[in-house]
Amino acid sequence: MSWYRAADWGWWTRRKLADLGHASRLMVRLVGMLGVSLRRWRLVVDQVHFLGNHSLAIIAVSGLFVGFVLGLQGYYTLQRYGSSSALGLLVALSLVRELGPVVSALLFAGRAGTSLTAEIGLMKAGEQLSAMDLMAVDPVQRILAPRFWAGVLAMPVLAAVFSAVGIMGAWVVGVVMIGVDAGSFWGQMQSGVDVWKDVGNGVLKSLVFGITVTFVALYQGHEAQPTPEGVSRATTQTVVVASLAVLGLDFVLTALMFSL
Amino acid sequence: MHTSPLVLAKDLCFGYGERRILDGVSFEVPRGKVTALMGASGGGKTTVLRLISGQYRAQSGQLLFDGQDVGALAQPALYLARRRMGMLFQFGALFTDLSVFDNVAFPLREHTDLGEELIRDVVLMKLQAVGLRGARDLMPSEVSGGMARRVALARAMALDPELIMYDEPFAGLDPISLGTAARLIRQLNDSLGLTSIIVSHDLEETFRIADQVIILANGRIAAQGTPDQVRQSADPLVHQFVTAAPDGPVRFHHPGPDVASDFGISAPRQPRGRA
Repeated sequence: MSWYRAADWGWWTRRKLADLGHASRLMVRLVGMLGVSLRRWRLVVDQVHFLGNHSLAIIAVSGLFVGFVLGLQGYYTLQRYGSSSALGLLVALSLVRELGPVVSALLFAGRAGTSLTAEIGLMKAGEQLSAMDLMAVDPVQRILAPRFWAGVLAMPVLAAVFSAVGIMGAWVVGVVMIGVDAGSFWGQMQSGVDVWKDVGNGVLKSLVFGITVTFVALYQGHEAQPTPEGVSRATTQTVVVASLAVLGLDFVLTALMFSL
Repeated sequence: MHTSPLVLAKDLCFGYGERRILDGVSFEVPRGKVTALMGASGGGKTTVLRLISGQYRAQSGQLLFDGQDVGALAQPALYLARRRMGMLFQFGALFTDLSVFDNVAFPLREHTDLGEELIRDVVLMKLQAVGLRGARDLMPSEVSGGMARRVALARAMALDPELIMYDEPFAGLDPISLGTAARLIRQLNDSLGLTSIIVSHDLEETFRIADQVIILANGRIAAQGTPDQVRQSADPLVHQFVTAAPDGPVRFHHPGPDVASDFGISAPRQPRGRA
């Protein structure tokens, strides 16, 4: 495309609008298939296992290290103001409201999103989706919808695991290694973290991120060119688009949540 | 018993962008017969299969499957029609995460309420018909190309369709697998009372098992009839095709600039006469 030619801009705009139309139609279909997916619950459970359980290790290990770092950084910053007893509160709020949903969504995009895109893209390249369609089985209903709802369900659970393990990591560094008082660590956390405003907002964010990441991954796989290069490009696109969407949406959601 | 053709194409036109693939193609596929669609690569044979199965819609003309205009069907009606069709893809298109058994059981589990006991019996019967009952527990990655196509054939037959379409069933097969596949197509067609459409480039095997041959060229039907009638055709394009001649109406070289200009060779000079 040449940036100085109006015709190219027109062509590019039309193509992007068509892509947006395709994506919107697919999203509406997937959301409308909640009932069908619930009736065939077994398919969703299999995918929750595939997407969720297989992402647990990376989520837990990352959560632990993020917790270690938060514990250290938080302690040395709070110590300057003589409020190291608020370490538990600082760590819990950072993880539950922000880092838990965002970092676990980014990891989910890299771990499960890429695998979803590659799986769907390769099924398309191997004519498996066409074969299914010709057997009068709707591939969107049979393949995409269970994966979509599984991703939406798995994401908040993974974010919760990330936050819980992160808090444990901060406890190890802050309380066990540095010597912050355990009572104030847990007590301040208990009194300062609100179930609805803080935990609720975190869960809401992770649900939105779950929808976003899983949808981007499925859409990229479904629309991939059925060639090795096409699948590879779609997999890369999943990480790039999903990560940017998560970070952008995080800002929008945070702004909305503080303004309400 | 029906006497009307199972598939009837009337003046079909189809193209991709500016490129016309089918230009007013009309033919019929009689019930219970094996019809072969042949022609040069890119001639629209696979497109015809996709039009019959409703994956593509004709830009003009009609494609009737048992009297129903496939192009005018909404998805639920199209899916009902597709349950009466089976399609064998060039490389089988088996579901790679399912075993041979589960691949064949897939359409039964999706479309019927049969119990697992009954599904097991039906699947084993279908696998027996293609000679692969013993391979039921293998994964698609563990079977050869020829076996994969036979599994796909068993899967295509699982719902006892009336029409089976084969897209290049002989491509890349060794002579033994090729002979087996051809025999199987004919036997299954006759013993199960099916109607078969084969898209193939393999002249010998296809002519041996087909009742009717349709040759597509340049978006139109170049010849149509029994294998013998097609062999005798006086049409130069059909003659080139059945004799596998490298040059003829279908040129060996793709159109392009002439050799001299491509290689920068100037026209040879005329020899000068001696003074």
